[in-house]
Amino acid sequence: MDNKIPAVTMRNITKRFGPVVANDKVWLNIYRGEILALLGENGSGKTTLMNMLSGIYFPDEGEIQIDGKDVVIRSPKDAFDLGIGMIHQHFKLVDVLTAAENIVLGLPGKLDLKAAAEKIRAICEAYGFEVDPAQKIYDMSVSQKQTVEIVKVLYRGADILILDEPTAVLTPQETDKLFAVLRNMRNDGKAVVIITHKMHEVEELSDRVAVLRHGQFIGDMPTAQTNAQEMTNMMVGHPVVLNIDRPEPVDPKPRIEVKGLTVRNIDGIVKLDDVSFTANSGEILGIAGISGCGQKELLEAIAGLQPVEAGSISYVGDDGTREELIGKDPLSIQQMGVSLSFVPEDRLGMGLVGNMDLADNMMLRSFRSGRSMFTDRKTPHSLAETVVRDLEVSTPSVSTPVRRLSGGNVQKVLVGREIASAPTVLLTAYAVRGLDINSSYTIYDLINQQKAKGVAVIYVGEDLDVLLELADRILVLCGGKVSGIVPGRGAKKRDVGLMMTKMGGKTDE
Amino acid sequence: MNKKNQAPLFYVSKRGSIGWVRAWAVRGGAVLLALLVNGVITSLVTGENPLQVYAAIFDGSFGSSRKVWVLLQNLSMLLCVSLAVTPAFKMRCWNLGGEGQALIGCLAAAACMICLRDAFPNWAIILCMIVSSILAGAVWAGIPAFFKARFNTNETLFTLMMNYVATQLVSYYCVVWESPKGSGQIGIINPNTHLGWFPQIGPYKYLLNILVVAVVCVFMYVYLNYSKHGYEISVVGESERTARYVGIKVDRVIIRTMLLSGALCGLAGLLLVGSTNHTLTPTLVEGRGFTAVMVSWLAKFNPVWMILTSFLLVFLGRGAGEIATNFGLNSSFGDILTGIILFFIIGSEFFINYQIHFRRSGDKEDNAHV
Amino acid sequence: MFDFLTFLPRAVVQGIPLLLGSTGETLTEKSGNLNLGIPGIMYVGAISGVIGSFFYERANPDGLAALPAVLIPIGCCLLGSLLMGLLYCFLTVSLRANQNVTGLAITTFGVGFGNFFGGSLMKLSGSELPSIILTATSNCFRRSLPFADKLGAVGKLFLSYGFLAYIAVVIALVCAYVLKRTRTGLQLRAVGESPNTADAAGINVGRYKYVATCAGSMIAGLGGLYYVMDYASGMWSNNAFGDRGWLAIALVIFTVWRPNIGVLASFLFGGLYILHMYIPSGMNLAVKELYKMAPYVITIVVLVLTSIRNKRENQPPASLGLPYFREER
Repeated sequence: MDNKIPAVTMRNITKRFGPVVANDKVWLNIYRGEILALLGENGSGKTTLMNMLSGIYFPDEGEIQIDGKDVVIRSPKDAFDLGIGMIHQHFKLVDVLTAAENIVLGLPGKLDLKAAAEKIRAICEAYGFEVDPAQKIYDMSVSQKQTVEIVKVLYRGADILILDEPTAVLTPQETDKLFAVLRNMRNDGKAVVIITHKMHEVEELSDRVAVLRHGQFIGDMPTAQTNAQEMTNMMVGHPVVLNIDRPEPVDPKPRIEVKGLTVRNIDGIVKLDDVSFTANSGEILGIAGISGCGQKELLEAIAGLQPVEAGSISYVGDDGTREELIGKDPLSIQQMGVSLSFVPEDRLGMGLVGNMDLADNMMLRSFRSGRSMFTDRKTPHSLAETVVRDLEVSTPSVSTPVRRLSGGNVQKVLVGREIASAPTVLLTAYAVRGLDINSSYTIYDLINQQKAKGVAVIYVGEDLDVLLELADRILVLCGGKVSGIVPGRGAKKRDVGLMMTKMGGKTDE
Repeated sequence: MNKKNQAPLFYVSKRGSIGWVRAWAVRGGAVLLALLVNGVITSLVTGENPLQVYAAIFDGSFGSSRKVWVLLQNLSMLLCVSLAVTPAFKMRCWNLGGEGQALIGCLAAAACMICLRDAFPNWAIILCMIVSSILAGAVWAGIPAFFKARFNTNETLFTLMMNYVATQLVSYYCVVWESPKGSGQIGIINPNTHLGWFPQIGPYKYLLNILVVAVVCVFMYVYLNYSKHGYEISVVGESERTARYVGIKVDRVIIRTMLLSGALCGLAGLLLVGSTNHTLTPTLVEGRGFTAVMVSWLAKFNPVWMILTSFLLVFLGRGAGEIATNFGLNSSFGDILTGIILFFIIGSEFFINYQIHFRRSGDKEDNAHV
Repeated sequence: MFDFLTFLPRAVVQGIPLLLGSTGETLTEKSGNLNLGIPGIMYVGAISGVIGSFFYERANPDGLAALPAVLIPIGCCLLGSLLMGLLYCFLTVSLRANQNVTGLAITTFGVGFGNFFGGSLMKLSGSELPSIILTATSNCFRRSLPFADKLGAVGKLFLSYGFLAYIAVVIALVCAYVLKRTRTGLQLRAVGESPNTADAAGINVGRYKYVATCAGSMIAGLGGLYYVMDYASGMWSNNAFGDRGWLAIALVIFTVWRPNIGVLASFLFGGLYILHMYIPSGMNLAVKELYKMAPYVITIVVLVLTSIRNKRENQPPASLGLPYFREER
C-alpha cells in the first residue's frame, strides 16, 4: 500500500469552532481502489474532517494534496472539480425540486432535463437503483432521498466518494445493496470513505480503518489485521467492557396501556398502525426499528404532542385508576397529576433551548409553578447546580448557554431535568446518540436508577447491541406496525433485525 | 501558479462570544465613524466647517428648552412604538405593522373626539378614546396574528400590507370628517372646547406622554425579563418545538403577544392624537412604525438599551433637521444622514458576531486574528 | 357607462412601475433576500434618472437627440439602483445583517435621497413650482409608434405606450423563463430554497445572491424611472411616487413569485389603484380612498389563501429573510 500515491493526503489539519477544537493536527491518507472506514465516536471530528475535503469548511491550518499535488479546497465547487463527492448525513436536497433537478444542480452547461433523466436512468441501471427523475423530493422516503444523493455524486463522475453514516436510515437489505454498490465502486478504482461508528460495518465492508478520537488522529491499519476490541480501544482510549447492567425488574405493574394506536402525519401518511402494548413500572421497554418507522410518533403521542387518529393510551395509577392520555396536551397531562418525562431525540431543537443558560432551561418544566405573574428563578437555579454536581456536567457555570456545552453534557442536563420531577413514566429517544462511551454509560446508569425506582421506562434506541443488553422487553416496530415483542434476555440480534424489516420476522421461504 | 492553488486571502468564522463591553465599543465606534462620514458629507454639500455641522446637530436637540422638550416628546413616541413591537420580535414574529397599528389607534381616538363630542362629557370621551384606540391597535395586530397562528401565514408581509390598509382607512375618514368642507383635512379637532384633549401637567405640554412611556418602558422590561409570559415569549422565539414540548400553547402565545404589541401601538396613536397633535392625518405616525423596527433590533430587544437607541435616532433626526434649516437644505437631508448611520450600525454587528482571519501569502501556518 | 377604452390604458400605465418593481423583487426574493429596500431603491432609480436628464437638458437647451436623451437617464437610473442593490447585498450577504432592518434602512435612505436631490434640483432650476419638469426627455420616453392612434381601439389598447412599458413586459417574461427553464434559474431557486444544499452542490451562493439582488434592484429602479418619465410626463415632485414600492412588494405575493403572472396582475393592481376615478361615486371623494385600499386587501386575501391551501410550490422561498453562513453549526 505504501508504494501507491494516495488519492488524498491530509496533513496537519486543524479546525476550530470558537473555543472547540474539532480537528487537531490530523494526518490522513486515502487511496484509490480501497474502502476506508473513518471510525470514531460521535464528536470525534470525523464529519468535520471530511467536510474540509468536500469544501464545506475551510481548515484553520494544514494542507491537502490530491494525487500528490497541493490543492486548496475553498468551496464545494473546488471539491467537485477535484473529483470529490460527499453524501452528507443530512441530505443536501431541495425539497420543492425534482430528483433530476437536484442531481444537475451546480453543473455547468445548458439545462436539459431530458438528457439528464436519460443519464440518471443509465446510472440507475448500472448499479441497480430506482429513481424517478421527475419525482419531487418532498414526496420521497429517506432511502429514496439517499439514493438520489448517491446518484448525484455518481452523475458528476466523482472518483473520491465520502459517505457520512449512510446506513443510519437504511434497512439491512438496503444496507447490503449499498455495500454491494460501494464494493463495485472500489473495484472500479474509486476511493471510498465511509464515516461510521458501527463496528460490524467496518469489519464487513472496509479494507482499511482510520480512527479519530477527540479530534486527533489515533492511527490506521488494514481491517484484516485488527478486531472490534482493538478498534474500540483506539476509539475510546482505554479498554472498556461492553457490558451494561440489567437488574431484574422489581414488582412490574402495568403503567401505560396502548391499544390500537393509529397516527397519521400531516401529509396523511400512516405512521403508526394499530399499535398495542403495555409498558410496566420498574421495567425498561426497548423500542427497536429502522429509523422513521413510527418511533418518534409513538413517543410523541404518549407525551401528548402528536394528534392521534384512533386508539387509546391509558395511564394506570398505583391504585389502579385509569386516565386517558389521548387528546391531552403536555400541560393538561401534567395538570392531571401524571408525572411523565420525555427525553426527545432533538435535544437542542426540542428538549432544551440552546441560547438559554442551564438555569433557564431547568425552568422549562417548572416555570408555571406558583400563582405569581412572575417566574421563580431561585428553584431552577439550585436545580441546575444540583444537576451539574450530581451528573458531573462539565460547564463553566450554570449561566452558560447550553449550546456551548458538548453533546454529552447537553444530554446530561436534559436527562437531569427530566428525572428531577420524579417521573412515573420516562420516555427516551436515542438517549445516547452522539455521546462518547463514558457519557453513554452515565445515561444507562441513570435510566437503570429510574427503573429501580419503579419508573416505567420506554427506551427508543438505534444500536441493537445496546437494546439487547439494556431492555427487559423489546418491542419491534416495522413500518408503523408492531412486528413483535420479545424478552430482552436471550433475544438474538439476527431475529430482532429480521423483525425490523419484516412483520413477525419470518421469511417466506 | 494557477489561481486554484492559492489560499483565500481571508476567511470568516463565527466568534465564540464577545463581552458586552467590547460589543458596545464596536457599536459606539460605528456611530462615531458614521458621524465622521456624515460630517464630511454635510461639509461637502454645504461647504461649512464640519465642526459647525456637529454644533448644529447638537443644537438641534439641545439648543433651547423647547428643543429639549420636542426631543423628549419625539423620543418617547418612538420609544413607545419600539417597546410595542419588541415582544413580537422577541418571539421571532416580524411585526412590521407598528405603523398601521399606531395609525389605527390614532383613528380610533380621533373618532371618539369627533363623534362623541356632542353626546358625552369630557371625561367619558377620554375614557372612550383610551379604550377604543388600544382596542383598535390590538385588533389590527390580532388579525395577522390569528392567521399566523392558525395557518402560518407570513406575518412580515401581512403586517406590512395592513399598514397601507390603515393608511387608506385614515385617508377615507380624513375626507369624511374634513373641516372645513372641501379641504380634505381634519385640522385641529375641538379647537375651542378642547374636548378629548388630554390634561396638561403644569406648563409642560409633553410631560404626560413622557411619563406614560416611561411607565410602559419599565413595564416592558419587567414583563419580558421576569414574568411567565415573557419567559414563554422567549421560549417560543427560540424554538416553537421546545415550546410545544413543555406544553406552551404556541398559538395562544403568538396571538396574545401580538395583541399586546398592537395595543401598545394603539396607545402610541392615542398619545399622538389625544395629547400631542389633536388632529388626524394619514402620516401622523411619521414612519415611527418602521424606525421602531430598527430601534428595537439595534438594542437587541432590550427595553433599557432601546432608550439609548431611540435617543440616538431622534437626536440625529433632529440634528439633521437643524442642519437642513441652518444651511438651507431640504429636510430630507436628515433621512440620508440617518440612513448612513443605520448602515454603519447594521454593518458593525458583523464584527461582533464574526471574526476575519487574514492569511499572509506563503505563510499558511500563521494567521492574524482580527 | 364605464369607459374601458380610456380606463385600460391608464391601468396599464399605472401598472408598469409596479410590474418592474415586483419583477425585480421577485428575482431578489428567489435568491432568499427579502429586500424591503425596494421602495427606496425605486426612488433612487427615479431621481438618478432625473438628475441625469436634468443636466443633459440644461446642457442642450435647444432640443435633444432622442438616443442620448433616453440612454443617459436609463444609465444613471441603472447605476443608482445598482449601487443601492450592492449596498443591500454588502450588508446582508457579506456582513450577514438582518434583512428586514437593512431593507427598512435602505428605504429610509432612498426616499430621503430622492426627496433631497429632488429638492436641490428644484432650487437649481429656480422654478416656482415644487417640481422639476423634464418635458423634452419625457417626450422621448413616451414616443409611441406613429401609426398607433390610427388603429383605433387596438392601437390604443396595445400600441399606445412608451417603449419602457414593452421592455417591462419583456423583462418580466424573460425573468419568468429564466427562473423556470434555465440552469441559472434552477440554481437561483435552489439558493433561495436551501442555500446549504446549493452550496454543497458547488453553487456560489454569495454570487447568486449578489447578482440576483443587484439585477432585481436595477429592474425595480427602472420602475421608478418609468413613473417619472412616462407616467408623470417627466414631472418629479417629492413624495409623488408614494407607496408604489410597497405595492410592488404586495404584487410579488399576489403573483406567488411568478413574474409572468405579474404582467396581468400589475395591470389589475394599476386598475384598482385608479378605479376610483372611473367609478361614478358622485362627489364622494372619500370613497376613492377606500378603492385605493383594494390592492392591499386582495393581496392579504391571496396571502391568506395560499397559506391555507399550503401548496408547496406556492410558498415563499424557504430561506427567505435568513442570512447564510456556510460554517454555521
